[in-house]
Amino acid sequence: MVLLSVFFLVTEQYSDKLKPLRHILSVFVYPIQYIVDAPTRLFNNVINSVEGYEQLLSENKVLKQQQLINSARLLKFSALEKENIRLRSLLDSSFKLGEQVLIAELLSVNLAPYEHVVVVNKGSRFGVHVGQPVLDANGIVGQVLKALPLSSEIILITDPNHAIPVQVNRNGLHTIAIGSGQLNKLNLPFLPNNADIVPGDLLITSGLGGIFPQGYPVAVVESFVEQPDKPFAVIQARPTAALNTSRELLIVWSNSQVIPLNNPLSEQVHGQD
Amino acid sequence: MAKIKLPLLIAYWLTVVVAMALNITPWKGAFLMASPDWVLLILIYWALAAPETASVGKAWIVGLLVDVLTGQLLGQYALAYAASIFLSVKQHKRIRHYLIIQQSLVVFMLLLFARVLIFWIENINHQPVPINFWLPVLTGAVVWPVVSLLLRNIRIV
Repeated sequence: MVLLSVFFLVTEQYSDKLKPLRHILSVFVYPIQYIVDAPTRLFNNVINSVEGYEQLLSENKVLKQQQLINSARLLKFSALEKENIRLRSLLDSSFKLGEQVLIAELLSVNLAPYEHVVVVNKGSRFGVHVGQPVLDANGIVGQVLKALPLSSEIILITDPNHAIPVQVNRNGLHTIAIGSGQLNKLNLPFLPNNADIVPGDLLITSGLGGIFPQGYPVAVVESFVEQPDKPFAVIQARPTAALNTSRELLIVWSNSQVIPLNNPLSEQVHGQD
Repeated sequence: MAKIKLPLLIAYWLTVVVAMALNITPWKGAFLMASPDWVLLILIYWALAAPETASVGKAWIVGLLVDVLTGQLLGQYALAYAASIFLSVKQHKRIRHYLIIQQSLVVFMLLLFARVLIFWIENINHQPVPINFWLPVLTGAVVWPVVSLLLRNIRIV
């Protein structure tokens, strides 16, 4: 028994040969996750059904207005995108095409209290695969850690084991944001004391590392404390995504096709993040 | 090997499933950090109450399911559960006659033993483990009398 466990541990650590076994077992345990999620789901359903007509009407009105604003913005956005592609082709650099998304719903279960890993109800049967970025309406949430047949596990950007390459939106300064273990905090440990970054700066994904598509908001810088006797400053940021409240998440397929360009090597930055 | 009663088997799996659900219930605040390892508590209870039903092999399978459930390295909980259930089954005749407080102490040691195994395995991955990783061991020992008495009283098989 012990030998078998050790064998499993080693195999799983160094290869993915045990993936089928995990997939089969996950189908058995999925009902448990579903049951644990049920009270939350029921509560939401009840809330939805007792919502008054007036409230729905006003909500509808607000949403319509928002839709109008968003579509107007999108009009401009598509023109800007075309312009961006044109300019980039002038500069001999590549441009990634748009992305496809799948809406997944969070199962309110907790796997290990010291890890920021959540479970959603879409799995590899929907084509989800490991390493896909996950967003909500306000920014980056995390990436797919394990894709099981009926569900998948998503590691949040605030997990202590997660790092995400970011850049400051204002001036393009590149750095890496590392999870702090707290849902409302990210650490930026690799910036010197004289770095041009101030509280209020928006951090967006830089697209380096090849996992997260470029240009999505990640966090807003909250505090910058200089450490005169140390090489790096202590910088903390607050994720823009509502990590603990949003129940609907978007799983993104970034289109790996690249617009024709003269130098195919320019965007080939592969790395582990 | 003694013949295993079917109702006992059903009760065993039913409680284990409930414990699994409790393990992944999203508690709030301090509860979250202190939530004990319900599955192992249940397994220990059955190992003491019905050692012929709650074999080491079953504990191993339950551990494997918990591994998948919590997305850990496959075999981690399986190893920890099998090892501590092996100890409990081995010593069940002695532990059974202890006072409930003394049992709590033994359970504390068993939970700690399982936790140390998990700690070692997680360290292979060089995962940083916060201090409250150890808290469930303590709370597990504290809730043991409740679990044990509750299960003993609602047991009909």
